[in-house]
Amino acid sequence: MSNILIKIRNLTKIYKMGENEVRALDGINLDIQEGEFVSIVGQSGSGKTTLMNIIGCLDVKTFGEYFLNGIDTSKLSDNQLADLRCREIGFVFQNFNLLQKMTALENVELPMIYKGVPTKERRERAELLLEMVGLKDRMNHRPNELSGGQQQRVAIARALANNPHIILADEPTGNLDSKSGSEIMKIIKELNEKGNTVVLITHDPNIAAQTKRIVRIKDGRILENEVVTP
Amino acid sequence: MRYIQALKIAIRSILSNKLRSFLTMLGIIIGVTAVIALVSIGQGSTRSVTSQIQSMGSNLIMVTIMGRGAESSLSYEKAMDLKDPNYIAAVSPVISTTVTAKYGNNSVNSTTVNGVNGDYQSIRDIQVATGRFILPMDDEGRNQIAVLGHNVAMELFGFTDPLGKTIKLNGQNFTVVGVLASKGSSISGSDDDSIFIPLKTMFYFAKNRDIRQIYIEATSPDTVELAKNVINSKLLKIFKGDTNAFRIMDQSQILSTVNSVTATLSLLLGGIAGISLLVGGIGIMNIMLVSVTERTREIGIRKALGAKKKDILLQFIIESLTLSGLGGILGIIIGYVLSMVLGTAMNIDAHPTLSTVLLSFSFSVIVGLFFGVYPANKAANLNPIEALRYE
Repeated sequence: MSNILIKIRNLTKIYKMGENEVRALDGINLDIQEGEFVSIVGQSGSGKTTLMNIIGCLDVKTFGEYFLNGIDTSKLSDNQLADLRCREIGFVFQNFNLLQKMTALENVELPMIYKGVPTKERRERAELLLEMVGLKDRMNHRPNELSGGQQQRVAIARALANNPHIILADEPTGNLDSKSGSEIMKIIKELNEKGNTVVLITHDPNIAAQTKRIVRIKDGRILENEVVTP
Repeated sequence: MRYIQALKIAIRSILSNKLRSFLTMLGIIIGVTAVIALVSIGQGSTRSVTSQIQSMGSNLIMVTIMGRGAESSLSYEKAMDLKDPNYIAAVSPVISTTVTAKYGNNSVNSTTVNGVNGDYQSIRDIQVATGRFILPMDDEGRNQIAVLGHNVAMELFGFTDPLGKTIKLNGQNFTVVGVLASKGSSISGSDDDSIFIPLKTMFYFAKNRDIRQIYIEATSPDTVELAKNVINSKLLKIFKGDTNAFRIMDQSQILSTVNSVTATLSLLLGGIAGISLLVGGIGIMNIMLVSVTERTREIGIRKALGAKKKDILLQFIIESLTLSGLGGILGIIIGYVLSMVLGTAMNIDAHPTLSTVLLSFSFSVIVGLFFGVYPANKAANLNPIEALRYE
């Protein structure tokens, strides 16, 4: 527990809906250290998705500070944010978000294309990652030829492509049956054991219980910050 | 590297929607085809008209007399006096009239009869198929002889040999001494439909000695300008300085007049075809906008994975460039074939020039670029969160 990877101070996000202001996040303070396995738990509308978007550099805050691996994100341009997403963050979405027209292998290669990894190296790494998630024989299949669990494994391989500091998983088991869901959770736990920092967003207490720290969020505020004792 | 990737993505997206891509390209294909075919045919007919004018002989000078006051024409003597030993090789005044020609029961109405002298053959470079042309002695002797154009001979005689036969022109007897080779139609009317008789015979036949048309041959192409100067000064003296009393034309003047007309025509045709290219471009923009909307989610995913604005911009611009470029290439092929086919049908050399091909291709690519920028920009500026949420 050394390096502070995510440092959030007094983070506030305000959406304007017509004349009303909605405070999606209201003064969040949160530190996540390298190698942690954190779940952010809350009901829908609690602000957890907004928090994830901001941690994932997809959205920017209204007030407050957010340092990612020591970098002040408020000073970055759109292009620099894209670059940061590319290098530092691996997304795993609830609905997989794979490109339907590409094979599993090409989907895993995609983040490396945007990072500028040479073709050969890219292919080799993509093959390695797919092998790691147990899809060695499904590499040239398209997403619609794969089951939900397999698609999510492709998405995890894609998230790892650029060897990011943080894996950001938004309800990764939300669209899966319980068997595939527990398989995915097993892979995510293994990733954390290998040293990856994982931030998992969920509304499911059973999933949250499998992580090492639970951050409960309600109405844009952190309600509780508990360490799970196994 | 980045460009090759973008090109791969573009080709994949075009192939995944074959019918739509083809219909989109169709606008560009039709535009490029139209530009190439129309411009080629325009250029081809210009070339054919030019060569017809050039076949009139590069030494040829035509003088037309409009007259001044009561003096509306030249006398034969004054016309022949235009001859100049240094620059002018031959002079043939021409008097034309219209007659009905008859041989037996066959007749041809309103045929042009030209009264010309013996030099006319060399001035106009006339080819005789059978018999001979009018000789100076025919002119001097005012012989009642005639030389028939190819079509006139066919209509009067069919396949009978006309040589030595007597025909009636407005009731007067003329002996046929020659038939001209077929020349095909030309811009100055066709000799194929004309009859030639000696000039001095014409004086009595038409009861007219007024010369209004003179064909003159300069000694060489280089002396045409000098010959024109000589003619000009002589005619100015005759018509007392009135430059509007006559007109002197040579081949290069006719060429430049005709060329300016055909150039305008080609430009007009090319312009109309260009409009269809523009319409094709609007079609590309339309489809690209639909494509951006359809692929909002894809754009969101790409952005989340680290695609920068310019990556998305490049992807969509290359896609529209590929559409327009591919359409351009297909249009060139179809346009090439079409202009060759039409050229053969119209009996002209409508071979598309390299500059036409390059111009229409680059225009199609520019159209693709111009109409691709707006949709691509729209895609690049999508908000990733909203794009990811898009269903």
